Amino acid sequence: MSDTTRLSLFEAARVVARRDFHAILFSRAFFFFLLGPLFPIIIGAMAGGIGGQVQREATTRLVAVAMAADDTEAMIGARQRLAPQIGSALPELQATSGDMSPGDILRQPGKNFSAVVSGTLAAPVVTGTQDAIDFWRGPVAMIAAEASASKVAAYPSVGADPVATSVAAQRTDRIRTAQAGQLLLFLLMMLLAGMVLSNLVEEKANKVIEVLAAAIPMDAVFLGKLVAMLGVSFVGIAVWAAAGGAIALVAGSALPQLPEPALGWPLFMALGIVYFAMGYLLLGSLFLTIGGMAATVREVQTMSMPVTMAQLLVFFLAASAITSPGSPMEVFAAVFPLSSPFAMLARAAQSEALWPHALAIGWQALCVILFVRVGAMIFRRRVMKSGKGGRAVKNRVGGTKPA
Amino acid sequence: MTRPPAGDYRPLAIEAHGLIKRFDDTLAVDGVDIAVPEGAIYGILGPNGAGKTTTLRMLLGIIDPDQGVRRVFGNDRPHEVAKLIAYLPEERGLYPAMKCDEAIAFMGALRGLPTAEGKARGRELLERHGLGHAVDRQIRQLSKGMAQTVQLLGTLVHRPKLVVFDEPFSGLDAINQGKLEVMIRELAQSGTTVIFSTHVIHHAERLCDEVAIIAGGKVPYAGSVDVARDRIPAQVRLETRTGEGEWRRALPADARHDARLSQGGEGSHFWYFPVPDSGIEELLKRLIDGEAGILSLSIERAGLHDAFVEIAGEAAARALDEDTAEGAAR
Repeated sequence: MSDTTRLSLFEAARVVARRDFHAILFSRAFFFFLLGPLFPIIIGAMAGGIGGQVQREATTRLVAVAMAADDTEAMIGARQRLAPQIGSALPELQATSGDMSPGDILRQPGKNFSAVVSGTLAAPVVTGTQDAIDFWRGPVAMIAAEASASKVAAYPSVGADPVATSVAAQRTDRIRTAQAGQLLLFLLMMLLAGMVLSNLVEEKANKVIEVLAAAIPMDAVFLGKLVAMLGVSFVGIAVWAAAGGAIALVAGSALPQLPEPALGWPLFMALGIVYFAMGYLLLGSLFLTIGGMAATVREVQTMSMPVTMAQLLVFFLAASAITSPGSPMEVFAAVFPLSSPFAMLARAAQSEALWPHALAIGWQALCVILFVRVGAMIFRRRVMKSGKGGRAVKNRVGGTKPA
Repeated sequence: MTRPPAGDYRPLAIEAHGLIKRFDDTLAVDGVDIAVPEGAIYGILGPNGAGKTTTLRMLLGIIDPDQGVRRVFGNDRPHEVAKLIAYLPEERGLYPAMKCDEAIAFMGALRGLPTAEGKARGRELLERHGLGHAVDRQIRQLSKGMAQTVQLLGTLVHRPKLVVFDEPFSGLDAINQGKLEVMIRELAQSGTTVIFSTHVIHHAERLCDEVAIIAGGKVPYAGSVDVARDRIPAQVRLETRTGEGEWRRALPADARHDARLSQGGEGSHFWYFPVPDSGIEELLKRLIDGEAGILSLSIERAGLHDAFVEIAGEAAARALDEDTAEGAAR
């Protein structure tokens, strides 16, 4: 190769990546990117808190007892005796006074009874909506039986023989880890893909793209942009890890712990980073292709919408396949390029086999190359179609007079 | 196609034969032939949509032709000589957050110039072009004209041997157009080949040694500006005191046949006709003998605009004039 030759793919990608890396790292967008994970946490916590409060206010376990005074007392006593054995399966019982009918009790303003127990210990009657009746019929019968028993039942002490785990428990635990890993991956990728798209929009707005396309291979422009954003994301991840580590040090065991994945934490995290990189490169190259095809900033935004929606579907596909490893759906999720990183991360949490990861990473890398190449080719075809004048004045000038 | 004048043995910076490019059902470029000698200022002249940008992109290897061959410095793969080339596209821009010297260095880096060297050269170029005070300013803080100058300097920072500008004068005010003309001449004087596309005839006429006239994707003429102008015979411009008279009947037959009164004023009449085959001396004699009342007589050479009309046709010329008028209005 002579000294006059165009920069190679990797040299050119490095030039683009370096420029983009610095530009993004010192931009406001990166600051918001760093804050990114806080938004789902804050929104999740708020939604959880509000939802819990609504749930608490919407559902009640309070049941009124409208029986004879002795029976009422016996019912409440029986409930207290059963509570240590059954706990939350039992309703809260509250005695009512007066001669109100069960229907009137339920209609009393300011009260919050879900049902009323009337009748006798031998023949208790539950009044309420059908759902409430279905829900409380069994527990009420149990309490009434306990209340009418001639002597208090003696419950034997149950011995305990704990084991560290069981297949069922392990499976359930690892599904939780797999879910957490997938969710984190998805959030990160969506954040980054959004940023890479804004970066291309900026490029379109600045009209720099043709300067780049004229000097270096278009593949290098795509690759450089993807790598720069990946570098930025690694900086972000390092910052988050440091912050998370500091919080963990301060909070200690007060923080919720995730169960250990099948491959162990170090390998799981390493694979997580690789799958994150692959997933991002796949999605990012798709977004860049869309950006390349669009003529205007508005078109970029409009065209990216279906991909975002499709990415959600892909995430749901991978998420729903977690519970059935080896099923056709899970295998499809592992093979389909866009869902592969999610599905394989879930596998890393659930299965100890390593070879599928080597295979998947190779496949995903191949798809990244393919996506970048096709994206660059489409860009060349669509954007380099004509000059500014040509786009504006297509076919205005007809034939020519021969010289 | 018109070849370079005989005896011009300069090696070619660019040559292209039979370039064809089709986009979907549109034939954008239809068999373009071009030969650009090294060190020349070469214009590609045509109205918007004629195929100028597509031709330039094919010459530089940004897109490949469907048919035809092109060689840049004798190399049929333009990427092999990319570091010798500079290209300023019509759609141009810079990163607004970059400082001037960084922007120049970045453009140099795209052509293989180490960043540190690019920055140093950038500062030197900015100083030389009166923008030394703006070295550390961000592009967004510059005026449009200053930003365009920075982009131009960035295009040239790697000291190319071939500079290709796509509509370089569009969007520039008169002062910056003048500066660019000076810069183009300086580049050519230093041995750099300059090719630019334009839809403004004056720029091509003032600057170019050679032009390719392009319309509807075809190049009906490529060669010397002088040769193009000489395709139209020179005309006699005669100013007389009398509109009619014996002198008109005394004119040589070829001149008499095509004579037209272009503009008649009070006490003077302007006549245009071809230079007669019998020569100017004979013409003068007959005019004097016929008592034409000569106020002035000159032989006028055709301009590039006339040549364009003759070569590309009136429709293309009209489109060119409209583009020029639109550009001036912007």
